[in-house]
Amino acid sequence: MELFLIFISAALVNNFVLAYFLGICPFIGVSNKISSAFSMGLATTFVMTITAIVSWLLFNLILVPYNLEFLQIPSFILVIASLVQFVEMFIKKVSQPLYRALGIFLPLITTNCAILGLALFASMREYTFIESIIFGVGAGVGFILALVLMAGIREELELADVPKAFQGAPITLIVAGILALAFMGFAGMI
Amino acid sequence: MVLTFIVAIVTMGGLGFIFASALAVADKKLKVVEDLRIAEVNEILPNANCGACGNAGCYDFAVKVVQGKVDPSKCTVGGQDVIDEVSRILGVEAGSSTKMVARVLCRGGNAEAAQKENAAYYGPQSCSVQALVGGGDKLCFDGCLGGGECVDACQFNAMYMNDNGLPVVIEELCTGCGLCAKACPRNIIEIHPVDRTLFVFCKNHDDPKTSKKVCKAACIACGICARKSDGGVVMLDNLAVINYSKLDISKIPLDKCSTKAIDFVHADVQITEEKIPAEVS
Repeated sequence: MELFLIFISAALVNNFVLAYFLGICPFIGVSNKISSAFSMGLATTFVMTITAIVSWLLFNLILVPYNLEFLQIPSFILVIASLVQFVEMFIKKVSQPLYRALGIFLPLITTNCAILGLALFASMREYTFIESIIFGVGAGVGFILALVLMAGIREELELADVPKAFQGAPITLIVAGILALAFMGFAGMI
Repeated sequence: MVLTFIVAIVTMGGLGFIFASALAVADKKLKVVEDLRIAEVNEILPNANCGACGNAGCYDFAVKVVQGKVDPSKCTVGGQDVIDEVSRILGVEAGSSTKMVARVLCRGGNAEAAQKENAAYYGPQSCSVQALVGGGDKLCFDGCLGGGECVDACQFNAMYMNDNGLPVVIEELCTGCGLCAKACPRNIIEIHPVDRTLFVFCKNHDDPKTSKKVCKAACIACGICARKSDGGVVMLDNLAVINYSKLDISKIPLDKCSTKAIDFVHADVQITEEKIPAEVS
């Protein structure tokens, strides 16, 4: 039950994008098409899950025993950067079109604060190993959800008669705000 | 204190080393062999992504050129320099492509074309809107609308609107990509080889009486040029059309054309050259 609550909390109630406003850059940048938004979400979820695992091991097996908690942030960044490099190589190998569709946003997962936030939250809340994995997956699912929802709306927006002053980025930001407002409905559930 | 310091350095160094080794292994395993020439060719291309070559952008063109699926000369935008350079990289015979330029085939500017008297147009001054509703201010239903959508479409600053409300192509800058021709709702812009100089500068299909009324520069369908041309000019639906494969310019009685609808393209270049605004010339 505890694990389920952590999952729901990370995916919906405390959605990283729409409740904590972490990882806004890909949220706006890669949400033009549902397909590329979903792939971006999957890549981020993968990085999030592995980050949760590796950073937990790193934190609890190395940093805590040697009193090196102050190295938390640089070592987490090291983990994330290496993982993103790996994912980039993997995607380039597996799917060239996807690699080009994600473009600069793929290496930018490195500096995606949602992922660093995930690692820091997990260690701050003193999750167990299993809990942090579930937390990572939940956060990833929440990220996919936010991106795909946004991409779906933006695909419809392409056809909508938007006033000239609001075309492009302004209407996207307004929609993002309304979406975040809708997610406020989950607040207080847990 | 010193111990913590050393442990910290060793830990971070160790971590860095472990991840670096993992990445090095992954790099070897997941290496994608990409033809280095693709990047080289892509570097040379104009990178306007105009699509004149028929591919989805310059990168796509580069990939296909390297694979040998398309000819380097398909990129008309880059001109001969780019074609030669690309051919040099690929080590293939340099194809040559004739430079193509856009020609505006309407000379019915504000001074020549008759304006509507009872139905003035007050809508948006964009060609596509005017073409949809009312058809602008001019009586001619085939001529230039003067909204300048072709000028907006041009990515090479090779067009401007002259004082007479007609678009002018700057031949030296024009790459023949055809974006202006696509933008024009009246289809008065055509892409032709640069050495083709004789054109019918009118698209009006009205009968002789009407066309005389709507525009001073219209082809009034008298048919004199067609009769003397030996098949080089044919009359199609009240409009003289040049058949370039049979054209013999010496047979065309250019001085007989009362509206100068059939004419050499450079006639208007001489008039407008001094009107080129300083920032585009």
